Amino acid sequence: MRLLYFAWVRQKVGTAEEEVTPPPEVTDVGRLVAWLAARGGGHAEAFADPRQIRAAVNQEFAGPDHPLRPGDEVAFFPPVTGG
Amino acid sequence: MARVRVQEGPFDAAAETAALVAGRTDIGGIASFIGVCRADDGLAAMVLEHYPGMTERAIARIAAAAEARWPLAGCTVIHRFGRLLPGEPIVLVLTASAHRIAALESCAFLIDWLKTRAPFWKREEFADGSSRWVAAKAEDDAIAARWDRAA
Repeated sequence: MRLLYFAWVRQKVGTAEEEVTPPPEVTDVGRLVAWLAARGGGHAEAFADPRQIRAAVNQEFAGPDHPLRPGDEVAFFPPVTGG
Repeated sequence: MARVRVQEGPFDAAAETAALVAGRTDIGGIASFIGVCRADDGLAAMVLEHYPGMTERAIARIAAAAEARWPLAGCTVIHRFGRLLPGEPIVLVLTASAHRIAALESCAFLIDWLKTRAPFWKREEFADGSSRWVAAKAEDDAIAARWDRAA
């Protein structure tokens, strides 16, 4: 699974992207956030407050209940501030 | 079909407007919005980050929503990324229609939804070298939501 990070999420995690292979019980976005937070370090800091995190799966906005499959591109970022 | 571009360089609003009406005689009005980098609190520059790929898809989807809702003859959205200085244009929205109401309303709709549904993030850089990420405003969500209620 390919993970992308943007804005302050990227800065806190310390990388813009990484490949991960979560355990089988990580079946949706919310569980992936919890799993990443449990990795500690920059990940724990970035995902400390899941309410501040938005996600996209395969380039579509996705909520915590959105299911995940191997090979998905999952992005995490703060609420958007364009325009 | 909307013209959507995400680019680092500047855009030419007059040329884009001319391109929108070229060869058409059914357009009665064009509305435009240009978002400009504002120098609040001693801001030296604004750095816009985006999600290449998703950004274009998200803007195209927002434009398609506008086209489904108003009878548009044309629509252009250009959003810049990278480092922008105060006074520099950030985003251009053009909407063309036979009549003004459709052009004006869809233009407002597009910029309201771009602010809340397109994956861009602004970081403000200040003269003293410090920087901060711009926080999303609840006010912008409320403004965008008025289009949900009116749907």
